[in-house]
Amino acid sequence: MSDENTEQSGNKAMTSREHITHGFNAGELRKGDAPHLNLANETIKLDVQHLNLYYGNDQALKNINLTIPEKKVTAFIGPSGCGKSTLLRCFNRMNDLVDICRIEGKILMDDKDIYARGVDVAELRRSIGMVFQKPNPFPKTIYENVAYGLRLQGVKSKRVLDEVVEKSLRGAALWDEVKDRLDDNAFGLSGGQQQRLVIARAIAIEPEVILLDEPASALDPISTLKIEELINELKSQYTIVIVTHNMQQAARVSDYTAFMYMGELVEYGDTDSLFTNPSKKRTEDYITGRYG
Amino acid sequence: MDKDTYQHHISQAFNKDLSTVRNHLMEMGGLVEKQAADSLDALLKGDSGMAENVLLVEDRINKLEMMIDEECSRIIVLRQPAASDLRMIVAISKAVADLERIGDESAKIARLAIQLAEEGESPRGYVEARHIGNHVRRMLHDALDAFARFDVDKAVEVAAEDDTVDLEYRSAMRSLVTFMMEDPRSITRVLNVMWTLRSLERIGDHARNICEQVVYLVQGKDVRHISSEKMQEQVRNGK
Repeated sequence: MSDENTEQSGNKAMTSREHITHGFNAGELRKGDAPHLNLANETIKLDVQHLNLYYGNDQALKNINLTIPEKKVTAFIGPSGCGKSTLLRCFNRMNDLVDICRIEGKILMDDKDIYARGVDVAELRRSIGMVFQKPNPFPKTIYENVAYGLRLQGVKSKRVLDEVVEKSLRGAALWDEVKDRLDDNAFGLSGGQQQRLVIARAIAIEPEVILLDEPASALDPISTLKIEELINELKSQYTIVIVTHNMQQAARVSDYTAFMYMGELVEYGDTDSLFTNPSKKRTEDYITGRYG
Repeated sequence: MDKDTYQHHISQAFNKDLSTVRNHLMEMGGLVEKQAADSLDALLKGDSGMAENVLLVEDRINKLEMMIDEECSRIIVLRQPAASDLRMIVAISKAVADLERIGDESAKIARLAIQLAEEGESPRGYVEARHIGNHVRRMLHDALDAFARFDVDKAVEVAAEDDTVDLEYRSAMRSLVTFMMEDPRSITRVLNVMWTLRSLERIGDHARNICEQVVYLVQGKDVRHISSEKMQEQVRNGK
């Protein structure tokens, strides 16, 4: 089937599914981008509208429109340099730290623009936590790593800190492995344990959204499965956005998947449909390992 | 999507694996087609030798089935196919099961052909067997053709033929029941012809199943367990 035909089939599916429009401005998403998307039963947590991002003169994100449902896992996939990490970093304004970076458009969290004037970025990052590819524990004890965020907030009560540390480590499925050595240095943990410690540190301050940038790509298969299992458990409480190069991982852990290519959002849909019957040829070529 | 895109993977080894398994399926299809045709000929001509030969070849079909299943499992575990590649593997492993069953039905017909040839007399119901037999042979041929060419239109056409075969089968059954009532001495013989017709009708069903897999393969739609009209409509909407 030619690319043109594929696009047409997308259009038809779109018109026959009018329920897409809830929480989602269908007119803004180019027709055919989301034939598999039905967000009618979802609450929208993050809403990206006409987002353009430039590094100097290079445009890294081109008119991105997408909505991220609450308490679901949304995955961004795409080849290196397609803008998926850049988009992820927009959600907690990490790109603010890059001097030559310029952003147009809006990102709404619970209907409030996070790029509006007067937004407290520290506060924003408290509610949108982030975990990176390489585990980055602080050179402190396991206990202090998890308690760090709370101490910053001025919590001093030993009882509260103990409670939160245990709860967070349990939440990150690490408690049983470290409960007897909370005062050991975090660098003594394995890579997989460190990554879960970082996740525990992120959930200790009870964020609403957790951004995961390739969280398992530096880990062995067993640790990877533990992280994936953890993601599955965390989604009952948090909205999770994950960037991954591992497509099987995206297929396993996510509810919705967005495929990006050269700074554009090519296709966004429910994960099962996107991986079995994508509507765009470019998506198909990427997930099946073909050259376009 | 068309059949050429299967050669466009970055991994040449994957291209090769996919084309190997497809070729094996086509080889098995050709063999099964011949088995169905030969068993019918053996029956109509009373040729026990030909029927014996059908029984000998059956083993090869079973071996091909196991080999293709093995190749599909291997591709799944090594390549984790997605999208059209995944549908290809799923469609192949389903179609293989149908082909193997057609092989079984052909062997059944061959066994009945041997029994009927030994009895010698020209039994009732051969006209119907020839008619239905030729019909399902054509269906099987076209279904395999549609699979090889990714031709959904043809697949839909062939699937609709199965309704006609079912009608023909029911009417043949009615007339054979009448024969048995008129001449109770012929019951054993006519029953054998009925089993033959039953097998032919089953071959038609399996050909239809293969057509449903063609639609899944090309359009990603599951059109099993719906009427031919609904199938036609869904395929048209998917274009």
